[in-house]
Formats: sequence, C-alpha cells, structure tokens
Amino acid sequence: MTAVFLGIPTAPAGVGNLRGDRPFPDAARDALRDGQLRANLGHATTTIRGKRAGVVAEVPDWAELREAGRAIKAATMARLDEHLEELERQVTARGGTVHWARDAAEANRIVTELVQATGADEVVKVKSMATQEIGLNEALEAAGIAALETDLAELIVQLGDDKPSHILVPAIHKNRAEIREIFACTIPGVDPELTDDPRRLAMAAREHLRERFLRARVAVSGANFAVAETGTLAVVESEGNGRMCLTLPQTLITVMGIEKLVPTWRDLEVFLQLLPRSSTGERMNPYTSLWAGVTPGDGPQEFHLVLLDNGRTAVLADEVGREALHCIRCSACLNVCPVYERTGGHAYGSVYPGPIGAVLSPQLTGLSGGTAGNSASLPFASTLCGACYDVCPVAIDIPSILVHLRAEHVEAQERPGAEALAFRGLARAMSHPRLWRLAQRAAGLGRFLARGRPTLPAALPPPASAWTRTRDLPTPPRETFTQAWAREHSRASSRARPEHGA
Amino acid sequence: MKVALFATCLVDTIVPQVAHATAALLERLGHEVVVPPGQSCCGQMHVNTGYRREAVPIVANHVRAFAGAEAVVAPSGSCVASIHHQQAMVARRAGEHGLADEAEALAGRTYELSQFLVDVLGVTDVGAYYPHRVTYHPTCHSLRLLRVGDRPLQLLRAVRGLELVELPGAESCCGFGGTFAVKNADTSTAMLTDKMANVLSTHAEICTAGDASCLMHIGGGLSRLRSGTRTVHLAEILASTEQSTHPATPTDAVTPHQSTTPAIPR
Repeated sequence: MTAVFLGIPTAPAGVGNLRGDRPFPDAARDALRDGQLRANLGHATTTIRGKRAGVVAEVPDWAELREAGRAIKAATMARLDEHLEELERQVTARGGTVHWARDAAEANRIVTELVQATGADEVVKVKSMATQEIGLNEALEAAGIAALETDLAELIVQLGDDKPSHILVPAIHKNRAEIREIFACTIPGVDPELTDDPRRLAMAAREHLRERFLRARVAVSGANFAVAETGTLAVVESEGNGRMCLTLPQTLITVMGIEKLVPTWRDLEVFLQLLPRSSTGERMNPYTSLWAGVTPGDGPQEFHLVLLDNGRTAVLADEVGREALHCIRCSACLNVCPVYERTGGHAYGSVYPGPIGAVLSPQLTGLSGGTAGNSASLPFASTLCGACYDVCPVAIDIPSILVHLRAEHVEAQERPGAEALAFRGLARAMSHPRLWRLAQRAAGLGRFLARGRPTLPAALPPPASAWTRTRDLPTPPRETFTQAWAREHSRASSRARPEHGA
Repeated sequence: MKVALFATCLVDTIVPQVAHATAALLERLGHEVVVPPGQSCCGQMHVNTGYRREAVPIVANHVRAFAGAEAVVAPSGSCVASIHHQQAMVARRAGEHGLADEAEALAGRTYELSQFLVDVLGVTDVGAYYPHRVTYHPTCHSLRLLRVGDRPLQLLRAVRGLELVELPGAESCCGFGGTFAVKNADTSTAMLTDKMANVLSTHAEICTAGDASCLMHIGGGLSRLRSGTRTVHLAEILASTEQSTHPATPTDAVTPHQSTTPAIPR
C-alpha cells in the first residue's frame, strides 16, 4: 500500500468567515461607489495613522523593538509544537482544560458542547478575531445559544446585522450618525432622545451591556498572547468589557489560534510595547488582563482553552508565507493601506482584511479554496506600495508574500490562460534582444491607431480598455530610445563597439 | 566615469525622451554614456504578476547586456529596486545560483538616477534651469524600497527658476502598481483620483517623479481630465538648461493632452 500525502489541510469551506463570495475587484467596485463609506474610512484611517506615527516616533529604540518582535516570532514558530505542549502542561497544571481543534467546525463543536454542559443559553463575548474567523456566533445560534458581543464596535456590528470590516475597529465603516440610528432602532428601551454625541452613545451601550454582564454565566474570549512557560493568557483591550467578561462569569472559554503564544514572560514585554502604539496609537492600552488556569474563589471557576489550527499548520509549511503567522493583529497595515482606505474591509470577504488579510486569508483557505475566485484574487489586491511593511511592528514583509502568493497561484494553473501565454511570449521577447526590437517595433505601430493625435483612443479592446476607460495612453513614438541612440552613435563608434548580448 | 544607461522597457518603448534626457544630463556632467544594445527589461512586471519562473531568462538577458559595466544608471526607482531586491531572488529560487550571484554583483553597481547623482557623483546642483511651478511625487519604490529620501528634492531645489511646491499626501501611492492598474482598475482609479486632487491643489504646472510608470499613470489621468497640469520626469527637468532649444518646453508624450507652447514658435 502506498501512502499519498495530500497536503496539510486548510480551513474547511462552508464554516466560518474567511471566504468571500466573489473576487476582490468585483466587491471593491461596489464599495468604491459608497460615498459615506469612503468618507468614514478616509477620516478614520487618517486620524489613526497620525496617532500611530506620533507615538511610534517617540520611542527611540523602535527599530530594535521591532526586530526583537520579529526574531521572537520567528524563533517561536520554528519550535511551535514544543511550545504548544508546554502551554498545555502549564494550563492543565493550573486547573484549566485544553482542547485541540483541527478546524473551525471542530472548534465550534467543542465550544457549543462546553456551553451546553453549563446549561446556559447565553454567553457574553470579548472581542475576538479567532471566534469571528470560525463563525462561532452563528454556530452557537444554531444550537439555541445567544452570543452577545460586548466590545462597543462589535456590538454596533452585531446590532446592525452587519459584518466587521477592520481587525481593531470592526465598525470603522460606520460614523456616529449611523451608530445612533442602529442603537435607536435595536436597543430595547433606548432613550428616544439619543443623539450622536459619542458620550451619549457610549452610555447607551454601557447600560445595555451592564445588565448582560451581571447575568452572564459563561464568557467566550480570544487571546492576544499566551505565555507557554506559565500557561498565562493575555487579553489587551480599551473598554473594560473584556475585564468584565474575564472575571464575572463562572465559566470562561478562550479560543486561540495556535500561533498566538510566546515562550516566556520576557517575550511578552516586547509585544506589550509594540501592540498598543501600533494599533490604537496609545502608549499603553487601558486594560491588560492576564490569567492562568483557575484561582479558587476568584474569577471563573472553570477555564477551557481551545487551541485552533484551521489552516495555520498549512501556512507554517510555506517558508515564505509563514511569516504571516507572526501577525499580532494590530491592524496598522490596514490603516496605512491605500487600497483598504478606499475599499474598506468587506471587499476582502474575510474577517482578516487589508494587507495582512490579503496574505493570511488565502493561505488559511488555500489559494483555490475561495468561492468564485475570492481567495486567489486577494494577493493581487495591492499595488505593492510597501506602506504595510514599513509600519508592521513585527516586520512582516507583506509585499514579498503577496508576490510569492501571486506566483503560487499562477504556477497552480493546470492550463495556461491568455494572460499566461502573453507573459510567456513577452518573456521570450525580453530575453532575446532581436525579438525584443521586433516587439518594440510592433508596439510602435500602435501609433497608427491614434491617427496623429497625442493619445491612443479611449475605446480600446480589453485588457487595454481597463486602463483607457479612466486614463489616457500616450501614442507610442516613431522610434525607441535604443533605436535612436544606435542610429546616432553607430557612425561614430561602430568600429569600436562590441556586440552585446545578441 | 563610464556610465551604462539602462533605459528600462517602458521608457525605451513609450517615453524615450526620458532616456534621452538622462543621457544628456550625464554627458553634460562630463561622463561617458554607453547604451548596451542588448538591454530590454529588468523582469519586474513578470515577477510581480506571478510569472517568476518566466522572469529568469529576462534577468539573464539583463545581466548579459550589462556585463562588465562599471556603473549602471536607470531613470526609475521601481526598476532599480527590482534589480536590487528581486533579480537574484528569482534566479536563486529557480536554482540558477551562478546567475543569482552575477545579478547580485550587478545590483551593487546599479543606481537610480537621483542616488547616482547625489551619492556617487556628489552633486546636487546639476546646472539645470526650469522656469516652472513644480510638485514632486515620491514614488513608492523610490521611497520605501530604495529609500532615496530627499535626494530628488535636493536636486530640484538647486534648479534655477524652479518653484517647488509641497505635495499634500505625497507618500500615498498613486494607484499604478503595474498590472494592478488593469486587474483592479476601479480601485486604481480611486487612488489616482485622490492623488490628482492633491496634485491639482498645489496649482503646480508640472508634477514630477523618478518613475516614468507612475508618471504615465498620473499623467494619463490628468490628461483625460484636460487639467492643464502635466507630468515630467525628474531627468527631463534636470536635463533642461538656459541653452536648451526650448528649456521651458517639456516634451509632451507623458501627459499627451497638455503642452506648453514655446515662446517663439518652432
């Protein structure tokens, strides 16, 4: 019998929120037409970009911190299996229970059964990317369990029957007036005089949430970090809702991607400096909650840690792409991305939008794993401007991963399409100088389309039309530079000139 | 110094005046310019569109064409960045280690124009004269891959007659991105629109940059809008002098629908 290695499994289809239902360019086209969205995003990203730049500039050793963050992540990933087993030992020794989930479906099942075992039909939630990724709320709802988001922005998204569009600020696409409208329509018993004053909006949410915190018996959280050597989990937040969820209920269930751990407390120090300045543009985040296992008589008396793979091991197997697992979800790359700033997060179709999403989502699902080409379109949703790499607090070279994934996509095609044939032909011409001169001459014939005008016609056939619909193309010149140069210099130096490269 | 000029495929084929200007500038500064006839492309478009295997023979051709060159200069931050960061990488990935080593060595002798002028030749005043109001767009690859910093601005500030105005949101990408401009044409246009709004807000006559590709994008948009603001490559500005036939008359292929009429009809 022969064993055939079919590859490491990626995140399964049909569960969770990693796949969009159409390619990025199509989804972006709709988003670009939304004037309110464009205004909201432009305002919000510009503000947060400025805040981040200010607080990063005041750290004299930022470059060294960033390099330390990168190095710790790289070293951790190289021995992830050992660190995970250490984490499991430590969490277990401190009274917690560790569950291993291969994928979203398994994680959802584990959490659902844990909640059902408590008899609760309602859980409060700390903002968590992992549970958004696996579609936990939908899975709990299917089992008759209500999941209540307690982070203000997640609450806005949930009440508005919407989807998050940003890693840190899920409701970044909504402005104050829209939030007031959502609250006025959905919060039972809300003050009918509610205005769009931020303080009044926050107070309305607070009143709505407080009641739920007090009656909750089960909380579900994610984790920003886990320290393997002591089994300590960390949640970093701004509003204090996380602290409520992590301390008030009887049972706490934490769902964490396997890449989130750091080996030691010393490592945590680096990230607790990098994260707040990169994400909210604050020197320090208001709340950092740390817990290890169960403490008798204090806080949740039952603690479960669900370690989630869902395609992460497959990402780890790619020596270029694995750097995407270093991400600490600060979202600095989203805020500086000129593509994200215009299209917003929904166009990406995944809970991980923006530059990091464009490299992480298609690796988690597999490049061919998206419906209708969504996953394969994401690595192309970038101009490779490099702004994301510059701000990344752990120096993930996102542009290089994007280029790598583009090649992986191209190389996975079984039959070459029109584009591949064109690029092959062009490569052949560009590597044979005589052919290249012929190709340049052929391109120069394009000038006859212009009929003497300085530009080519705006109505050219595809794919040129994609350019000429909004931009003029100059009419090609009669003579290329190298032709003209050879003509002008051949008489003077033809005897002395050696023939190059022909 | 003997300088080998790499025109780049785009400049050579579509906007040759940029390469002519680069050659004229370097000759005026007292250097010998050679144009290796076997040159074509650095391979960036193939690599960035996913055709990294197909790019290997293009890299090989480039290395062959410029073998033995003492210094290579190109009027493009993007192509030079590709030579520095991608050529050896794709060759190595394809198992062509000899080619990768040669590409790496050649990259060490390859310079973007403003870096060559300021760092290698040590000049910021190249003796240019250009009596126009100009704004400068730092292209992404010049800015973030090559880190040319304020070298182009140092060069522009030393140009007589030139009024330099700061471009708001200068560091934002114009939306070109190679095949991105076609594959994601709508998003590209949205980015271009914001870039053009910033360019037009400066009331500059000219938007300049160190990359003909980005300028073709910005210029193509400005031309379509009949804005009257045109794009001119940094090399063309630095090549202009009082003695030029029409120093005030930039050539017109980058922004086709705009032109500046010479004081005396040609």
